[in-house]
Amino acid sequence: MLLEFEKPIADLEEKLKDMKELAQESNVDVSDAVKSLENRIKQLKEDTFQNLTRWQRVQLSRHADRPYALDYIYSITDEFVELHGDRNFGDDKAMVGGFGLVGKESFMFIGQQKGRNTKQRQMRNFGMANPEGYRKALRLMKLAEKFKKPIVVLIDTPGAFPGMEAEERGQGEAIARNIRDMFMLKVPVICIIIGEGASGGALGVAIGDRVLMLENTWYSVISPESCSSILWHSWDFKEQAAEALKLTAQDMLQFKLVDGIIEEPLGGAHTDPEAIYQSVKKEILSQLKELQKLSPEERVDQRIEKFSSMGVYTG
Amino acid sequence: MAWFKRKDKGILTPTEAKKEVPDGLWFKTPAGKIIHTRELKENCYVVPDDNYHVRIGSKEYFEILFDKNEFKELDADLESADPLSFVDSKPYPQRIQASQKKVGLKDAVRTAHGKVHGQDLVVGCMDFSFIGGSMGSVVGEKIARAINYSLEHKIPFLMISKSGGARMMEAGYSLMQMAKTSARLALLSEAGIPYISLLTDPTTGGVTASFAMLGDFNIAEPDALIGFAGPRVIRETIGKDLPKGFQSSEFVLEHGFLDFIVDRRNLKSKIALLLKVLS
Repeated sequence: MLLEFEKPIADLEEKLKDMKELAQESNVDVSDAVKSLENRIKQLKEDTFQNLTRWQRVQLSRHADRPYALDYIYSITDEFVELHGDRNFGDDKAMVGGFGLVGKESFMFIGQQKGRNTKQRQMRNFGMANPEGYRKALRLMKLAEKFKKPIVVLIDTPGAFPGMEAEERGQGEAIARNIRDMFMLKVPVICIIIGEGASGGALGVAIGDRVLMLENTWYSVISPESCSSILWHSWDFKEQAAEALKLTAQDMLQFKLVDGIIEEPLGGAHTDPEAIYQSVKKEILSQLKELQKLSPEERVDQRIEKFSSMGVYTG
Repeated sequence: MAWFKRKDKGILTPTEAKKEVPDGLWFKTPAGKIIHTRELKENCYVVPDDNYHVRIGSKEYFEILFDKNEFKELDADLESADPLSFVDSKPYPQRIQASQKKVGLKDAVRTAHGKVHGQDLVVGCMDFSFIGGSMGSVVGEKIARAINYSLEHKIPFLMISKSGGARMMEAGYSLMQMAKTSARLALLSEAGIPYISLLTDPTTGGVTASFAMLGDFNIAEPDALIGFAGPRVIRETIGKDLPKGFQSSEFVLEHGFLDFIVDRRNLKSKIALLLKVLS
């Protein structure tokens, strides 16, 4: 599935493929033409992806082919044991987690999981967790703390599920408790926004010593669509809303609301998943090394201080 | 011929000079009954006939709670900045100024230290009249500082929530106020200092998903709207109407997220009792 601004590039790539095939069949030397077309593609890619609008980044963060949490987890770990359930109500399939080995290091991985086809999307509830999802995440984080294992959270959600049962089971309370208790975790916590970071639904698992964003992701208090509907009273102003919200990784880093950006392959994470898995893995290991230099108390203090300094006001 | 002759021309009394709510001001209740505002005030802004709790602000709550209405206001001068240069139908600074002028407040929360039946209490109270009680940097910072004050002076903390949630015009900054306030509450909890959260109509969104639900005691006024997602959003999600009483205080109590519901006329004595049983 292609986004509007991916189409011109895909068209040229298609042309290149045809040209190469034709050359093979007819034995004509087209190497000059191939080279020039390749250059054009490269140029177009750079022009497109180095000048993305905020809305285009939102579109990339939701790309149908984009890697999801479990894709990262299975690619990064040598072995992974998935764990289920909140020990209270049920097992939320929109929130996954378990211990995974990366080399000799054992991590607790937690991820917000979307589905790739209709059936999966339904099972994963489009990546929108219910209260039991947040409680499952907290249970697993405390398990990690008990066994002194660092935590990695992969964030990708269009929001916490706004359904009737979610309200009955205390969606607000579940998220609030997670936020508060994550501040006190004695083990290192690394949070990475790999797709969408929508509001409280994301923040409920995003209190980290390090909060990083992939290059083409968004993180804000509301989605551009909902913001458009509330402030412009119409769904049609999502581009303007995205601009106004300044919700990209670049914006959030500039505001010091996140700690860093992980670069994606030119064209987005989905165009070269292997490359992004390697970048994420490398980043996790190097961040962990830094965080392990601190004592648990220092990490907790710095975590609290970091979030306490966020805000702009006068007086 | 006029019965009374006006000697001075153009007499105007500025609004600030009118200390008392003047006689002749009447309040129409949602049930359609007309009652005197003085009677309403004497009844803690609860309609005597049907116990309807009129939406009030920090000024009224402080009056109801603090002994002799005496208190020290904290961080009264904090004001919103415009870190994103946010513009929708009008620029955010204009929206702030208009609100400040209209409701006479600096932002959507006030914090204060005073006494409740002789016992020290730090109170934070949101004002819904200021951009829907929405939480931006000022709200988050003032609440965080009030909790700090509680920590430093070892005084219990009461937060009165009344908010539609996050302030969109501060986007990412607004979101992080949930984290900031919750971080302080984690420290307060660790220090063993009591935190009472009073949820009033309405308490939704990011406020519900942070400090409002983190009380050692979560209590609410009757028939308040309390929820994470707003009713409209839920209706759109499930595609049908919501049952009567959904997301009311009574509903939230029934589902185990509140300790009790308190009539505003008993609020002060109930708070004092909680402080007493813990002291």
